[in-house]
Amino acid sequence: MSLIQLLPFGSTAAETLSELRAGLEREFAVPCEILPPEPEPAFAFNLTRQQYSSTEILAAMLKRNTPAKWRLLGVTPLDLYIPILTFVFGEAQLPGTCAVVSSHRLRQEFYGLPADPRLQHERLLKEAVHELGHTLNLSHCEDYQCAMAPSHGVEWMDLKTSRFCGSCRLLAPACGALNASR
Amino acid sequence: MALKANLLVVDDELIVRDSLDKWFREEGYDVTVAESAQDALTKMAAKRFDLALVDIKMPGTDGVELQRRMREIDPEMLVIIMTGYASVETAIAALKNGAYDYVSKPFDPDDIAHSVHNALSHKRAEQENVRLRETVASVVRPQEIVGQSAAMVRVFEAIQTVGPTDATVLITGESGTGKELCARAIHAASPRHYNPLVVIHCGALAETLLESELFGHEKGAFTGAQYRKKGSFEVAEGGSVFLDEVGDISLKTQTDLLRVLQEREITRVGSTHPIQVDFRCIAATNKKLEQLIEEGRFRPDLFYRLNVFQIQLPALRDRKGDIPILVEHFVRKFSASMNKRINRVSPAAMALLDRYQWPGNVRELENAVERAMVVAQEPEIREEDFALRLPLAEHQPRTLEDIERAHILAVLEDCKGNQTLAAEVLDIDRVTLHNKLKKYGWKRVTADVL
Repeated sequence: MSLIQLLPFGSTAAETLSELRAGLEREFAVPCEILPPEPEPAFAFNLTRQQYSSTEILAAMLKRNTPAKWRLLGVTPLDLYIPILTFVFGEAQLPGTCAVVSSHRLRQEFYGLPADPRLQHERLLKEAVHELGHTLNLSHCEDYQCAMAPSHGVEWMDLKTSRFCGSCRLLAPACGALNASR
Repeated sequence: MALKANLLVVDDELIVRDSLDKWFREEGYDVTVAESAQDALTKMAAKRFDLALVDIKMPGTDGVELQRRMREIDPEMLVIIMTGYASVETAIAALKNGAYDYVSKPFDPDDIAHSVHNALSHKRAEQENVRLRETVASVVRPQEIVGQSAAMVRVFEAIQTVGPTDATVLITGESGTGKELCARAIHAASPRHYNPLVVIHCGALAETLLESELFGHEKGAFTGAQYRKKGSFEVAEGGSVFLDEVGDISLKTQTDLLRVLQEREITRVGSTHPIQVDFRCIAATNKKLEQLIEEGRFRPDLFYRLNVFQIQLPALRDRKGDIPILVEHFVRKFSASMNKRINRVSPAAMALLDRYQWPGNVRELENAVERAMVVAQEPEIREEDFALRLPLAEHQPRTLEDIERAHILAVLEDCKGNQTLAAEVLDIDRVTLHNKLKKYGWKRVTADVL
């Protein structure tokens, strides 16, 4: 991996994107750039579920033909789903070049709690590192602190860190800079 | 956290199959998908699965019927039923048919992850439980093999030498010399001792049953084979297989056994798929295998495979010096189990045991002590507690008085203790019989046990 591109779908706050860029550059030790935002992906909207299909968003991102050593990460405030699950925080190619993450359910307000922008940024970074880990062919990890630990709810996400454990670092050969930085 | 497991996803909708396939692969599972009940059954024939997620509503065979068929093929596989139309009736039908759980589409990610994880954990715990019980049953404490004679010291040394290796062992010895105990001690001394020791009494099973017992069978392989069954070599995975009375198996099964020992793979009866197996073989026989080879009843190549390391267990008559400590061991064992305070054996009784030839070896001695313990008065086992049960050896030198005593007591027993009748049979007068009985220490009170 030599470059991460952030592709906003819909209106994600500039501060959220810059925090995410800084966090990804720190965790992966590669440059990260923010692309001009795309409009809300109406093509992926499901009227019955009132949610957006992450799989269809990924399919649209794939058409951009991202180079093999780059990663394209979609970032959206919209609620994502895959057909079999009630929601997803994100989806990625396993392995591949594209992934998408949503901040919709990472907000404290979603759970009826007061807003906490710092916590939301932390969660988004963890989810972004997790999905990018899948693009590096990493599956879920047993180390609950590892970014690759499964987190099907925010309470699990808050337990883990935004870093890969030693085993996952060894398993992600494309992430040479990451290994060297630790 | 995901446990390493093989999942089978059965759903007629491509998008559901693809979603679950990808999602569970990310979770770290090995996933196979099937688009119909028939497709699922075909895939089950080729591969073993730990858990199946089955859609309840599919064209043709539905999920509930498929689940029933799956249980017939592999009762150990767990099934979670998926449905898009949640209803209490379908849930009850699925659970009654043995489904582990029931989930409604679309799933909450946390719920489905937990449901699958819990099902697999439950299965692992059950398997672990069975394995631990088998291990506890198979592990023997070294003190259960008792003996201080030179012959037994050689046996202990052999067990210590060969136990930690993976070598095949052939234990020979007469019936009752403790071949199974020896096999258990070898297994206990090996690095495989946390895995099962599977005991197969070859002589007790008919040829077809033995084949099924050793290699397992597929459903429908023969009449009565209603379910797929693992064979002993599969059950013993990572452990040992003890083939008792190996000299009794047919030439056909000998050929199959030889192949398993050479190739380390088995094929279940009724199947064509070979399965790799990891086991250590311990065999035992009370027959002269060399003689069976000469008679054409035992394959020489199998004999050489089994006879990598031979342990010859001595007959009890050849190690009579061990009788006192064996008796002490059994007395202690039965005192505890019978709750009887017997702590010694009279010298006369011990002398009697020493004179006997013990054709049934240690097993016969154990049975004799157990029976004697039943009739013995606390705190001692006396000669009479054995004498009425054990015939003396035919070729043991005996005095005229011994023979007269035994004959008089036998006649008296036949006459149910009636001395007048016994005197008539013996053709002596009643007073003479009375005097002889007095001389031999016979008392009417003990007549109850005659």
